[in-house]
Amino acid sequence: MRYLFRRFQRLVVVMVSVTFLTFLLVNVLPGDVAYEMAGMDSSEEEVQAIRDELGLDRNVVLRYLDWAGGILTGDWGASFINKEEVWHALAQRFPVSLELMLLAQLIALSLAVPMGLISAYRPGGRADRVIGTLAFASVSMPSFMTAILLIFFFSLHLGWLPATGYEPLSAGLWENLRPMILPALALGLVEWTVLMRTLRAEMIGVLQENYIALARAKGMSDARILLVHALRPSSFSMITLLGLQVGRLMGGSIIIEQIFGIPGIGRLLVHAVNTRDFIMIQGCVTLFAIAFVTANFLVDIAYAWLDPRVRLERARG
Amino acid sequence: MADITPDRLEGSSAGAPDDNADAIASHNRKNRLGLGFWIPLAWLAVVVAAAVFADFLGLFPADEIDWMHINEGPNDAHILGTDHLGRDMLSRIIYGARVSLTVGFAAPLIGVGLGLVLGILAGYYKGWVDEVIGIAIDTWLAIPGLVILLLFSVVFGGSLGMVCLSLGLLFIPTAARITRAATLNHSNREFVLAARAMGASDFRILTVEVLPNIIWPLIAFVLIDIPIAIVIEGALSFLGLSVKAPTPSWGGVIAEGREHLEGSPHISLIPTAVMFMTVLSFNLVGDAIRKRLADVRDGAI
Repeated sequence: MRYLFRRFQRLVVVMVSVTFLTFLLVNVLPGDVAYEMAGMDSSEEEVQAIRDELGLDRNVVLRYLDWAGGILTGDWGASFINKEEVWHALAQRFPVSLELMLLAQLIALSLAVPMGLISAYRPGGRADRVIGTLAFASVSMPSFMTAILLIFFFSLHLGWLPATGYEPLSAGLWENLRPMILPALALGLVEWTVLMRTLRAEMIGVLQENYIALARAKGMSDARILLVHALRPSSFSMITLLGLQVGRLMGGSIIIEQIFGIPGIGRLLVHAVNTRDFIMIQGCVTLFAIAFVTANFLVDIAYAWLDPRVRLERARG
Repeated sequence: MADITPDRLEGSSAGAPDDNADAIASHNRKNRLGLGFWIPLAWLAVVVAAAVFADFLGLFPADEIDWMHINEGPNDAHILGTDHLGRDMLSRIIYGARVSLTVGFAAPLIGVGLGLVLGILAGYYKGWVDEVIGIAIDTWLAIPGLVILLLFSVVFGGSLGMVCLSLGLLFIPTAARITRAATLNHSNREFVLAARAMGASDFRILTVEVLPNIIWPLIAFVLIDIPIAIVIEGALSFLGLSVKAPTPSWGGVIAEGREHLEGSPHISLIPTAVMFMTVLSFNLVGDAIRKRLADVRDGAI
């Protein structure tokens, strides 16, 4: 419990510094938003009026405190450009990005776990070497390149899946999943290798333990040993990675959403950056940071829950 | 960054203290540099040479527009074909290699250098210095790398130097963590205490006593980071946020070809293949060197 409390304290400090940092950064973005809002042929007074209204002339720290207070009370502000409520925009797009990332991670896991098991079963064997080579190849293939190849083969060449577009879940499960398959594949095909290698390395160690030897001596089948006895104690590092990967997934989803025309947070952010929509950028980054920090906090909890030894050790340390 | 743990675990299981000459001999044979090292190295040599001597290769200018020959596939005049503006693909790819390679080498060096300084300070002074640097690093990690780059590219513009610098910043956290752990390990060893007892300054202790002991994992880390930097630069220029438009870059060329994937797929697919082979080669070569370094450290050679 004390361990979790300390983690939580750190989490709050990190959140504050992340948001303040982005606030500073966003504030030095070139281009005066007041000018853009006032329009081409506006007088200096009109521009100044907008500045006053938005409070752009006030000290950055004061404005940050204002904004942070708003976040805590659920008021994320409204876009300078089209007056859309930031919270509304985020709430609308977040599920889309979340679906994409979950699907990608699902694909990555469903590749990584079997491949990792097979590799660890006979390290250095033929299967291990083939999988190792595959992993090397796909780690050298960034998601935007995979995306191009997937579109080329599956959309243009074979015509099986759409190259762009998004359908809400209300249009039906398959209609919703169909345009998501290629983007999720493009993301997942990069991420699986790290998970696989981690699982493999940890499992090779676990397979040397005495209780595995005992299970073998009892005549238990290899499949049962791997799946029932070795998988759980081998998956801790992989679970930690799942949390850390959230950051990479979010980065990757920005590009993938752009390529496949998926209306998620990533596209919202790129659009906001291009239109200098400060408050929207700030909202997107804050949401990203919250998601990342929360995911890792959850992983920490899961970790302690899976392995009681960790719980005790960390509480002491 | 995640690559580090598994390999270290592997290393410890493979290089178990088995004081048996046979085992060491077979271990060496397994790690001898084979074709999997020399072929990628040869490819990298070709790419680097082409990028360095691009001006003397008699190429078409990379931004020469030729409306008479647009979207042409590979032919006699244009070995790799032309893009949607009739520009020569081969020269665009070679000049693009300049950007990718510059970023690939510069960014990891910048990041690891800065990470080294932060990590060594945190590990040596501990206490509040460690705490502050720790929070700074956590903060940095909590913003997805691409988001940082997105903001930086708008704030500081897309010059090559800025791209190198802002990409380099992304490598700080992991480098700092590795350094910090290694420094913690060494800063209470006898030789450090001896140096301090002899009145050596902190600066001298850190540079002369501690640094040589912690530099190897960092060099390995730079090797891992080179292909990563190339990939991220590719992603950035794919989004149009790296170097400015007429300057070709691999990601940019791939992105431009995206519109013509149906009719002339070579515009996207050829640079994709080149970039893939380069990144793969860096990975393979880096991995082989890294294993060698680990062997040297473990005393296997």
